[in-house]
Amino acid sequence: MLKENATTIGTPVPRIDGPYKTTGTAKYASDHNFPGLLHAVPVCATIAKGKITGIDTAAAEAMRGVVKIYHYGNAPHLYRPIPRDARVDEARPAFEDENVYYSGQYVAVVVAETIEQARAAARAVKVSYAAEKPDNHLDLSDGLQEDALHEASKRGDVDAAFSTGAVKIDATYVTPVETHNPMELHASVATYDNGKFVLYETTQSIVNHRTAMAQMLGVPVENVQIIMKFLGSGFGGKLWVWQHSLLAASAARDLRRPVKLVTDRHSQFTNVGHRPRTQQRLRLAATVEGKLTCIQHDYSSETSILDNVGENCGESTPFLWSTPNLRVRSSMSHRNVGTPTAMRGPGAVPGLFALESAMDELAIRLKMDPVQLRLLNEPEKDESNGLPFSSRHMKECLTLGAEKFGWAKRNPVVGSMKKPDGTILGWGMAGASWGAGRMPTSANFAFRDDGSVRIGCATQDIGTGTYTVFSQMVHHITGISMGRIEVALGDTSLPPGPLSGGSRVTGSLFPAIQEAVNAATKQLLQIAVNGVHSPFKGAKVDELAFSEGRVYRKADSSASGVSFEEILRSANLRSAIGEGSSVASQQDPKAKGLSLHSFGAQFVEVEWDPGIARLRVSRVVTVIDGGQIINLKAATNQVEGAIVMGVGMGLLEETIYDQRYGHPVNANYADYLVPTHADCPPAIDVTFLDYPDKAMSEIGARGIGEIGLAGVAPAITAAVYHASGVRVRELPVRIEDLLQPITKNHRALFQP
Amino acid sequence: MIDFELTRVGTPDAAVQIAAATPTAQQGATVRFIAGGTNLIDYMKLDVETPQHLVDINRIPDLAKVEKQPDGSLKIGALVRNSDLAQAPEVLAEYPVLSQALLSGASAQLRNKATTSGNLLQRTRCPYFRDLAYAECNKRTPGSGCAAIGGYHRNHAILGVSDQCIATHASDMDVALMVLDAVIHVQGIKGNRTIPIGEFYKLPGTTPHIENALEPGDLITHVTLPALPETKQIYLKLRDRASYEFALASAAIVMQVQGGRLRHVRVAMGGVGTRPWRMPEAEHALEGQAPGEGVFRAAADAALKTARPHTDNAFKIPLAKLCMIRALTTVTNA
Repeated sequence: MLKENATTIGTPVPRIDGPYKTTGTAKYASDHNFPGLLHAVPVCATIAKGKITGIDTAAAEAMRGVVKIYHYGNAPHLYRPIPRDARVDEARPAFEDENVYYSGQYVAVVVAETIEQARAAARAVKVSYAAEKPDNHLDLSDGLQEDALHEASKRGDVDAAFSTGAVKIDATYVTPVETHNPMELHASVATYDNGKFVLYETTQSIVNHRTAMAQMLGVPVENVQIIMKFLGSGFGGKLWVWQHSLLAASAARDLRRPVKLVTDRHSQFTNVGHRPRTQQRLRLAATVEGKLTCIQHDYSSETSILDNVGENCGESTPFLWSTPNLRVRSSMSHRNVGTPTAMRGPGAVPGLFALESAMDELAIRLKMDPVQLRLLNEPEKDESNGLPFSSRHMKECLTLGAEKFGWAKRNPVVGSMKKPDGTILGWGMAGASWGAGRMPTSANFAFRDDGSVRIGCATQDIGTGTYTVFSQMVHHITGISMGRIEVALGDTSLPPGPLSGGSRVTGSLFPAIQEAVNAATKQLLQIAVNGVHSPFKGAKVDELAFSEGRVYRKADSSASGVSFEEILRSANLRSAIGEGSSVASQQDPKAKGLSLHSFGAQFVEVEWDPGIARLRVSRVVTVIDGGQIINLKAATNQVEGAIVMGVGMGLLEETIYDQRYGHPVNANYADYLVPTHADCPPAIDVTFLDYPDKAMSEIGARGIGEIGLAGVAPAITAAVYHASGVRVRELPVRIEDLLQPITKNHRALFQP
Repeated sequence: MIDFELTRVGTPDAAVQIAAATPTAQQGATVRFIAGGTNLIDYMKLDVETPQHLVDINRIPDLAKVEKQPDGSLKIGALVRNSDLAQAPEVLAEYPVLSQALLSGASAQLRNKATTSGNLLQRTRCPYFRDLAYAECNKRTPGSGCAAIGGYHRNHAILGVSDQCIATHASDMDVALMVLDAVIHVQGIKGNRTIPIGEFYKLPGTTPHIENALEPGDLITHVTLPALPETKQIYLKLRDRASYEFALASAAIVMQVQGGRLRHVRVAMGGVGTRPWRMPEAEHALEGQAPGEGVFRAAADAALKTARPHTDNAFKIPLAKLCMIRALTTVTNA
């Protein structure tokens, strides 16, 4: 049934949701309004640790338009989610008790007729506290003590290998707290009617959101429907339920009126997760020829007081490079901060900053080209479990990337690549990887009598092109033009689909869509042979075929056939329908016994102006081995965006907390620095190798949402070293770091 | 945001009359003029500015003009938007340092709204001033202390600081106005007066809540820039990212090179001072000298001699020196 000729797979198809977004007709969660809608504004803790000793709401309650003020003393009961069933990173429901664990924690919520009234009243709520000194200290060494570390992966004897290693690196790397800052703020519009909730949410996972909300609200899951048609990006921050959703839903139930709660930008830094700070020690040893003999990766990540949400920094370490001896150990350090959560490439992205930085340092110590070092340590299989890789082309990523970048012209001497204007070029590179695999999904499909078809799935498009990819896949399978394909996503009344995380959606979809189309086609052919007025009446199903939207006798050409809408009309049927589902890769015999990952290589050029300590990323070449690409335009856009995010991670992003009070200091768009257009590398060259991974599906897509960010930061710091001689092991690279070699030679500069 | 009254006025007299009711024109003012609102509204949302009465001056005629005066000076109305001023032909031709400074500031959207008088009164970006969660801020609440000292102060001032306040003056435009010897024209209850920009900004000292020379009722109507002989000019701004960020250090320079000697040298820096920082020590070190790295370095050393850094912002001393040296090098070669 696959039509090889008519496919749009791998081509740069424009997004089908584009016109809705450019004309302002796409409805985001907070765009939903209903008669009688109330507005909720939370009151946030102004201490980071301690207890609430009193909440005085009298003045606020007397204000115009105020309907109700909830806090731990009067709020309707909320439950915790069932562990390992629904995922909620911050498991403690708001107002569970009088304790405050982090700055900005919700301590009350005001519900009023208008947003202005709610805001004004929220400011008038007087909360008194018994404050204690919060623990926000930055050093995570407490987690790196021997007795605090948990073994995540092990082979051989790292201690022996390191002590006898010929060439060694032992270094500690630090990544700061990074805060997701999607344009669209987290929001919830909750409606409650007749015991049932319909919740318009900013979520990357409507299915988990439904389960979690049902458990925390204490109602059967069928009483909750989640709708999310468009998302203004999430970056992982919108994967799991956050407390504002519960506040809105709980208030809507209590007041029997719709409630809207849109969080503010400051809350983005306190209440809805962040990528936690990490401290990672890497010990590498190699022979003088550059063969790795050991990798040891110990790390701790900061987490909140109540939760154990860690950053899995060792995600890639066990299999990325070949080494007989390896040990990865993890830990967490609890601090008075809001609960961290997944951010694009969780674990692997900060982990690869450490691992690939250490590889660069090792290459320098070996006096070896860093590309060559990696080529020399290419594994033949996944050495962590002995399984073959389903499809690994890391060597081609490295060699093609080097060729496209012009790496052969690199002079490895620090500061040697001077331009006529006095600026110095720095060239650095790093390897990248990110996990792959299908998640279980289901889908339904319908041929309809108006000539359209509809594919439905309770997954969601978080701005990455999922609507379009669905349409392309249906087009690929049926040959029906994309203009006639309706894609229905973002509603839990559809068949359950995957969450939009881990770069898994695109790779998960194809088998289920194919099965659903096949089932509907089978039904359509049955209708064709059974219909009283059907032109194929009396034929046998296996004599018929379907392609390009037409049913025809196999003996004839497809052009001779009859359109599916005519068949349906002849039987007076609205539609022919089918359902499909597919299992997770772990249950798929085709994927069993294989190690599934995406790979990539990042090559970065920085321009370094030592006269004013100015450094900018000027050029990036990225080669991605991400399986079969479905939509070249959306995929390129994903990776380009990831590279820009990598520039932010490398040079700009850091959430800073006041060490005395525990409040974020730069909790706004002006002070939390992300790249502006002017910071984007003028040249970004993205290449996909496009090898289909048949362990994923017949179509061979793996997913490319996160791999583009992996390896960018260590490639930048490698380039910074090459240009300036400064090795930055703690992100982001700051002007202070870059001033070191200048002031070293001119001590007088530092004197007032 | 708290409730406030909004009055739209059509004349400077009406504006002054209403504003005369405020007990102070400094922190805690109960009446504020609103023009672009890019700074004031921001602080009202944060409850840092809590005026009970806003006087909208946008409809006062003739305040949005840039006009050449008979004496050769340039008159810039209080309501001239930053983006218009940056592109005014007279500014581009004779005061390019002002155009460069304006275009290095904020974002295109903000520059389209922000005005000349508003920028003169731009408040600091100190995070502790902005956030009521901190009780200590002498600028916000006199006598309460300074949370920035001992807190996070990477982008705080190193010049003109006191034990009471180390907040950086955030403007780019005002740094350029310092080297152009701008004169600020004010209409007050007692009539019109002029204030040279060098006397406009106050050092924090023991009164960081008093930032400038304005009294209750005072309305800035326009700014004049004296006529200049032909000069070389530059504004160089250093910061972490390439756009939309306040300066870590910036330098505004106006000078002539005559017969191989530097003349009419004017130097000011932004991002390092508690007010836009004119540097007479540097000017003195440069005036009459032949341009060269040694001379530039000596000027930079002289300019930063009185710097008083704290832990996180000591790097601003070398950075400011590099900034000035690069600006001097570039402008003399221009």
